[in-house]
Amino acid sequence: MNMPLLKTEPQIAAPAPAIAEVLRFDPVKPGYFKAKILPRLGAVAANLLPPLVMLALILAVWQILCMKPGATLPSPTKIWSEAYDLIVDPFFVAGPQDIGLGWRVLTSLQRVAIGYGLAGVIGIMLGTIIGQSVWAMRGLDPIFQVLRTISPLAWLPISLAAFRDSQPSAIFVIFITSVWPIIINTAVGIRNIPQDYRNVAAVLRLNHLEFFWKIMIPSAAPYIFTGLRIGIGLSWLAIVAAEMLTGGVGIGFFIWDAWNSSRLSDIVVALVYIGIVGFILDRIVAFVATIVTRGTAAN
Amino acid sequence: MTAYLKIDHVDKIFNRGSATTEVLKDITLTVNKGEYVSIIGHSGCGKSTLLNIVAGLTPATQGGILLEDREVNEPGPDRAVVFQNHSLLPWLTVYDNVRLAVDKVFSGLKSREERHAWTMHNLDLVQMGHARDKRPSEISGGMKQRVGIARALAMEPKVLLLDEPFGALDALTRAHLQDSVMALQQKLGNTVLMITHDVDEAVLLSDRIVMMTNGPSARIGEVLDVTLPRPRKRLEMAANPVYLKCRQRVLEFLYERHRFVEAA
Ligand SMILES: Nc1ncnc2c1ncn2[C@@H]1O[C@H](COP(=O)(O)OP(=O)(O)O)[C@@H](O)[C@H]1O
Ligand SMILES: [Mg+2]
Repeated sequence: MNMPLLKTEPQIAAPAPAIAEVLRFDPVKPGYFKAKILPRLGAVAANLLPPLVMLALILAVWQILCMKPGATLPSPTKIWSEAYDLIVDPFFVAGPQDIGLGWRVLTSLQRVAIGYGLAGVIGIMLGTIIGQSVWAMRGLDPIFQVLRTISPLAWLPISLAAFRDSQPSAIFVIFITSVWPIIINTAVGIRNIPQDYRNVAAVLRLNHLEFFWKIMIPSAAPYIFTGLRIGIGLSWLAIVAAEMLTGGVGIGFFIWDAWNSSRLSDIVVALVYIGIVGFILDRIVAFVATIVTRGTAAN
Repeated sequence: MTAYLKIDHVDKIFNRGSATTEVLKDITLTVNKGEYVSIIGHSGCGKSTLLNIVAGLTPATQGGILLEDREVNEPGPDRAVVFQNHSLLPWLTVYDNVRLAVDKVFSGLKSREERHAWTMHNLDLVQMGHARDKRPSEISGGMKQRVGIARALAMEPKVLLLDEPFGALDALTRAHLQDSVMALQQKLGNTVLMITHDVDEAVLLSDRIVMMTNGPSARIGEVLDVTLPRPRKRLEMAANPVYLKCRQRVLEFLYERHRFVEAA
């Protein structure tokens, strides 16, 4: 579908100067730059400019509010000067505990990858099983709806008591925070497989495995990805809580550590990192979803 | 000729909670090999239920289905169904929809190349070879139904079951597709059981028309042989006395003797 698009673009661009000449709006024939690059730059600017302007405004207000001598929070300029090395170089290594936030984010991502990966696999499996049975669905759905509202922090003591070791406990916290929406959405997706597809599978005599891969998963994919997308957000939310347990070099522990030694500027920088990484993670899952589920939604 | 497909004293009762509805009552019908039989009746009388019982998708309460003298009570590719709403898998291309059926039915019997060729052959039969890489959402309703027919034909079914295959189409597309199906059946000699509520469609396509009474407890009211020679030309039929007489018989059955009583 990409090919025809590419082919038609020059055709669209070509008549434009002709019309312009006739109307004498633009006597100079626009070159390649004007015809193709400029509109694109315009589109990019239209998307980028408003958030940048808003960001500048927020920073300005923040600066004004926190400039007073008695301010409890650091102003943007103070953060810039205090946490300069953290901001400009994400990947420096100056000592075992003195490393760039990029490294810390990568360590945290590793933990999230394990916890979220487990949540994905187990969530989809459980959801598939539960979705097959009306009674399992009726019985378990209310329980899951309650469990999914529990904060990652609240799982910490339970998890420590169960595992007695910080590393598996941290991964469990990430897992248990993100698994519920994956289970629930997968189960709903399986429940909603149209009878038509089941009939097709029956006429073709697909076996259980074929039915799972060729009908269930593709048909429920939009639902599964909704769950996965909520799940990645939640597991990234859980990282600070999880890393209070593990210590070490994660971004979550960095915040905990910075708070204990009153480095407020460092915390703000870490929050920005967490926000941006969370945003990117969400976009990645959304992107994979649009590729995998293309054609599934529309009929 | 002996019966190829036999619907043998089939009753169907639906239980929904405490309410039971008898939808079909004592349906017996035989279809010969290569015959085109239509079942016509008012909406809601139980036509789809009967077809689903033949397909094995719904179990009969009493009685059974015999195909070549053997009882069949599970769905299978020997009774391929073309559903009213096409039922193509939207995440597969046109080609892959047909190929899925071909791979499943001929897994041990044909090589990879043969299965590819057979898939393309069936798509070409319904003139859909050009759209092989399109997804169902990218083609029109008539084209989807063609692909559905190709998928069913590709299974080489003993009986082809069609549930109002043209019901959702506009008049022109419907006429075009009816002609295609008629030509295909002429060429391949399929045994077809088709459900319809369109009188002209039934008379034009069928060797025999089975008229069902209104539900609940619908039964076969009358069976009409359509003795028109084949191939049949749509335009010539308008003035053909046999055609008009058949049409008249069915209309009388449906609109005088078994008029549809609106429930609401
Ligand atoms: N699964 C079911 N449970 C209960 N009643 C059903 C079920 N399927 C169909 N029916 C009833 O059976 C009757 C016949 O339906 P159907 O076979 O779809 O009619 P038709 O195809 O002739 O329009 C309808 O009254 C419908 O409500
Ligand atoms: Mg019906």
